Amino acid sequence: MASLKEVRNRIVSVSSTQQITKAMKMVAAAKLRRAQDNIIQMRPYAQKLGEMLATVSSGSETGSDSPYKKARPIERVLLILVTSDRGLCGAFNTNVIKAAMAHTEANYADLARRRQVEVLAIGKKGAEGMVRRGFKVDGRFQHLFTKLSFVGVKEAAEAVMEAYASGRYDKVDLIYNEFKNVATQIIRVENYLPIADAAISGQGERTNINYTFEPEEEQIVNELIPKSLKIQLYRAVLESNASEHGARMTAMDKATENAQELLKELKLVYNRTRQAAITKEILEIVGGAEALV
Amino acid sequence: MNLEIITPDKKVFAGEATAVTFPGTEGQFQVLNNHAPLVSTLGTGDLTVEAGGAKQVFRIDGGVVEVLKNKVLVLAEAII
Repeated sequence: MASLKEVRNRIVSVSSTQQITKAMKMVAAAKLRRAQDNIIQMRPYAQKLGEMLATVSSGSETGSDSPYKKARPIERVLLILVTSDRGLCGAFNTNVIKAAMAHTEANYADLARRRQVEVLAIGKKGAEGMVRRGFKVDGRFQHLFTKLSFVGVKEAAEAVMEAYASGRYDKVDLIYNEFKNVATQIIRVENYLPIADAAISGQGERTNINYTFEPEEEQIVNELIPKSLKIQLYRAVLESNASEHGARMTAMDKATENAQELLKELKLVYNRTRQAAITKEILEIVGGAEALV
Repeated sequence: MNLEIITPDKKVFAGEATAVTFPGTEGQFQVLNNHAPLVSTLGTGDLTVEAGGAKQVFRIDGGVVEVLKNKVLVLAEAII
């Protein structure tokens, strides 16, 4: 049996770890609330932009000739991976990487073998994970999470759009954690580029209103498409951010609980050992006294 | 008329306005009460809101505006 001192040291170290996990849980909870607020802030913009895009494109007859709509034979693929910068959030990052691997295996196995599948990582963990798996990783936008804002995400989206328009990639997919609730994240694999027709036309209900368009409808559509692409990426980043804090909260809650259980067991061992030592001492004294008589 | 200016990060302005001047991609233009339905893209520039004699200027970086039945909705990419 462990000595009294050893057990006491374990108790001290476990309870200080528990304090840390408890604090991390609180911090995650506070950050989660902010992350959720961000999503709520962004929603009306995204919704209105979608409506506007539907209105305008339903008014135009020729359809748009946006470079982001043209599908090409797939020679080169870019995967945008949204993960977190920090660990200690359960399977959050592993799930994204796993999904990326499965998605590649299922759709681009051939291209991957020829190293034609590249990765744009948003979040450090995804970058590290994919480099380890032998992918070529573009880490320019790895640190978006340190100062999360639309402007940063916009730059990343613009870089991706430019790479697509210039023919560097023929297909761009987006993989991220969607926030369902604090305990649940859903892994999403979305098509990013080329943009699907359905995403643009939508349900244009208000076609009967006679809008004045400035400039022409087609031009407006061509301007709105990149905007909605930026929003799509921003949404993914925000969802992932909220999911991360949710995942960390649950992970740290579990850790705190486990620590509590461990402490309970250790206390039991401690008390039992202490009792045994006392009993032994009494026996020794009694034994010694008997020997004297 | 009712004016709303929103960016992906936050709601910048919501309230009544008498006249709004926009930095349109095709040139500056102004919207007054009872304007006809309009959709226009915006460039980088100053968006001026006039409400009850007071003026308020927002410098926006691209966006789009929709005017419909005295409701003006501005989706700006960013406020500089």
